[in-house]
Amino acid sequence: MNWQATITLFGTVILIFLVGLFASRQKKSSESFLQDYYLGGRSLGGFVLAMTMTATYGSASSFIGGPGVAYNDGLGWVLLSVTQVATGYFTLMILGKRFAIITRQYKAITIVDFLKERYQSKWVVLLSAFSIVVFLFSTMAAQWIGGGRLIESLTGLPYTSALFIFVLTVLVYVTFGGFRAVTLTDAVQGIIMLVGTLILLIAVVWAGGGISNIIQDLRMENPNLITPFGANGTLTPTYVSSYWILVGVGVVALPQIAVRAMSYKNTKSLHRALIIGTIVVGFIMLNMHLIGVFARSILPGIEIGDTVMPLIALEVLPPWLAGIVLAAPLAAIMSTVDSLLLLVSSTIVKDVYINYIKPDAPRKNVQRLSMGVTGILGIVVFLMAINPPDLIIWMNLFAIGGLEAAFMWPIIMGLYWKKGNKYGAIASMVVGIASYVLFQTFNPDPLGMHTVVTSLFLSFIAYIGFSLMYGKERLSL
Amino acid sequence: MSKDNKNQEGDYRIKIGNREALIGVGLLLFNFVWWFAFAYGLGSKDPSQYSYVFGFPSWFFYSCVLGVIVMSILVFIIVKGFFKDIPFEDEELKNK
Repeated sequence: MNWQATITLFGTVILIFLVGLFASRQKKSSESFLQDYYLGGRSLGGFVLAMTMTATYGSASSFIGGPGVAYNDGLGWVLLSVTQVATGYFTLMILGKRFAIITRQYKAITIVDFLKERYQSKWVVLLSAFSIVVFLFSTMAAQWIGGGRLIESLTGLPYTSALFIFVLTVLVYVTFGGFRAVTLTDAVQGIIMLVGTLILLIAVVWAGGGISNIIQDLRMENPNLITPFGANGTLTPTYVSSYWILVGVGVVALPQIAVRAMSYKNTKSLHRALIIGTIVVGFIMLNMHLIGVFARSILPGIEIGDTVMPLIALEVLPPWLAGIVLAAPLAAIMSTVDSLLLLVSSTIVKDVYINYIKPDAPRKNVQRLSMGVTGILGIVVFLMAINPPDLIIWMNLFAIGGLEAAFMWPIIMGLYWKKGNKYGAIASMVVGIASYVLFQTFNPDPLGMHTVVTSLFLSFIAYIGFSLMYGKERLSL
Repeated sequence: MSKDNKNQEGDYRIKIGNREALIGVGLLLFNFVWWFAFAYGLGSKDPSQYSYVFGFPSWFFYSCVLGVIVMSILVFIIVKGFFKDIPFEDEELKNK
């Protein structure tokens, strides 16, 4: 057990935790508990917005899983990962101002709210709630496993205890703080991620004797490591390009990201967030994965990809600094998890319970229920994560693809195409989810592209086809 | 939604929103072409023929490192130069 690293790691985590508590104290009780708890009262500034999007999106797979794959596949995987720089600007530009205006008119607090008002259909709501709960559960479990593994490999505690410590921290501040607490801690975590990445990059390049040295070292070992095609030449241009859809364009449709696009204060915040977000996401994605590649020349022969980051940090940095730097991935995982937790809980409480079970529930009950559901969800995911599977990153990518297949067209077309209606939306969601799950199971990656491309194509046709076919029905906007 | 509410925004806020979404699509296409052209244009050779920039293989430097920098600068210029401030709340709109 590395005491110095452990102490600084948890010191940093506790600091983040205190910010969360402080924020929840600050929370004034405005007229709408729900708007406040789940959306921070639509008051986010540009910097916090950019950081919260980065921290939510940059998760266990970009900080633990991704660098691990880059370690094995070389620069080709970094090439694939930088497609994510698009998420920095694309999501906010596409949803952008129209989304902010319309969600305010609808008084929408969640993505499901928006879809409900737009399509006026119970089935759209139930389908959305269903996909959010199903797909986000597996994303959440993947993140918790990542958090547990990180603490485990640093402290030497058994996995279950490590997981327990992690879960407890997250639960306490999500349950009591709500969205504003989450976004504020996100901002702190984003800064830690940024600085941590920079420190680690410099230390790794230093330890490896300069970039040139490291690259030549890798070329000596296996020339494929420095080509765009991966260690075994398996990363084809078609496959890598299809990641533009999965992790670049499609991110627009992730509920945990899209909900942030309705939470900012004004267009000034939006503009700042666009600029800061692009720089920060680009910097982190490029360098984190690059660190994974460079680590190969310094510490060859690491067997388990997920341990590359903690091991390299402990190798090239003094232990106390390694602890602080590793708080970056831990922070990323925590902030992804807490946003997801909040999202699933808002789906259950707001979208299903208040909409269809008890519309006139008093404020006190809603408040207690929100906190209760968030807490129970956390415990359920904890139980799921106790027996972890081996491949975190693929679990995460699977869930991302599923959400995109479900939500892409109902959100985008609902926003920009007047003729889109509930029939189109329902058809698109059913076709998207079904084709995604079927293809993944029986014929993954058709035509050499990630499965999500095919599903998005099919669900687009379904949306247009069904909307036009039933176009004569009056749609109530 | 009241009728005049819709008409009010119909004239200018929606147009700005559409234009900026299109700019987003344009940026993405540019980003993709830059990324693809350098990566596979320079990187498809045999590794022994690679040239190097700052120690990186040139395909990687231009496609990934420079690509990220170029996109950050482009986003900065476009947002500062072409994105418009608009009010979100209906009350703000009336006060204008």
